[in-house]
Amino acid sequence: MSKEHDKGMSLIVKVITRLTVGLILLFGIYIVLHGHVSPGGGFAGGVIIALSFVNLMLAYGKDVALKKISKSAMSFFESTGALLFLSIALLGFTGGYFFLNFISKGEPFRLFSAGIIPLCNIAISLKVGAGLFAIFVVLVLLKFEWEKKE
Amino acid sequence: MIELYVLLVFMIIGAIIAIEMKDLLSAVIAVGAVGLGLSIVFLVLKAPDVAITQLVVEMLCLIILLRATLKKDLPFSTTGRWLLNTLITAGFIVAFLFVAIRAFKDLPEFGYPIMRVANIYLKEGLIKTGASNLVSSVILDFRAYDTLGEATILFTAVIGVLAIVRRIGRKKKDEVVEEDDE
Amino acid sequence: MIIYLLCLMLFCCGLYCILRKRNIIKIILGIIIAEYAVNLFFILVAYRMGGRSPILSSGVEIVNMVDPLPQALVLTSIVIGLATTALLVALAMRIYEKYGTFDITKIKELKG
Repeated sequence: MSKEHDKGMSLIVKVITRLTVGLILLFGIYIVLHGHVSPGGGFAGGVIIALSFVNLMLAYGKDVALKKISKSAMSFFESTGALLFLSIALLGFTGGYFFLNFISKGEPFRLFSAGIIPLCNIAISLKVGAGLFAIFVVLVLLKFEWEKKE
Repeated sequence: MIELYVLLVFMIIGAIIAIEMKDLLSAVIAVGAVGLGLSIVFLVLKAPDVAITQLVVEMLCLIILLRATLKKDLPFSTTGRWLLNTLITAGFIVAFLFVAIRAFKDLPEFGYPIMRVANIYLKEGLIKTGASNLVSSVILDFRAYDTLGEATILFTAVIGVLAIVRRIGRKKKDEVVEEDDE
Repeated sequence: MIIYLLCLMLFCCGLYCILRKRNIIKIILGIIIAEYAVNLFFILVAYRMGGRSPILSSGVEIVNMVDPLPQALVLTSIVIGLATTALLVALAMRIYEKYGTFDITKIKELKG
């Protein structure tokens, strides 16, 4: 196989990435969903999800990674995350004031407890993950163009 | 508490190595070592949320720095007025240290914090919000405005990077810019 | 008190790097080190002797927990530091493309 630089890294890296990148994504989703019973939360989980896509892009080159998630999908996810967070906050007006915790709080230490906190975690993880991956893609594309000109 | 002192001394040595190296790749790796030591210090100080976040954020920061700056380092020599610059910098840092050490006398002693507001969060956190992770309940229920502000900052940073890097909108009169699907 | 002095020395290392170095990438590394020192200072203030982490678990009686409020503030601050670093690196790459060097004493023109 050709060894051009933009086609990714060597064979060992490609095989290991193919085996583990799905597990990294799943781990990130686990940390987001259990944000209210164990350490973690929306920010750490979102960054781990972005790191799984970065791993795919570094090992296989940018064409394969951009086929899995396109640029319009990234901007859609980021906007959806931000609008979801705002709409959950505005819905607190039905109970009294801004950001009121209006869903019923179940029994503690279970997965479906704590009101709006899991929904807010999911919204924040979408926003952080899509935004950070977009920053990385744009910086890599700039450097690639810059190397081509010399 | 001896491991806390050892880890802090390790971080300071790592920072000094990162400053004085001429090779950029080694300096970035030394900053990575400082960040890893910081994450272990957060674990020793009983803050697991913060330790997880610091570890993954530092990894992404190193990847961005490495990917963007793999260039040959330009050799340059120091110009004149070296002595004056170093004296002014040393004077500034000494003045800063003097003011900061006088401010340390007002801090509470290490290990006995004044928790006026946090006592309420600790006692009633589980009852009022239903979350077992009290740090999550502070971020997303008691102080949710700060999280809204932080989401805005991330959005602004993404817009800023995209505006700096793009090519369309910068062409001169006759130049043709190829559509690089952005 | 010695712990606070060590944290302050880490901040001064970052400050020296920002003031005295001529390479833009070294200045960015100095800003990163200064941010680490500030976050460390917040968590040091929040520690309680013999405390445990502020996460409740079922069936165990908790008496003594560290302060959760500075931990919430530092969690936000770490992600903001990443956003700032990304913006600085994008600016540095643009400067290299326009002037051909990373040396700040050779960037003297304010042309747009």
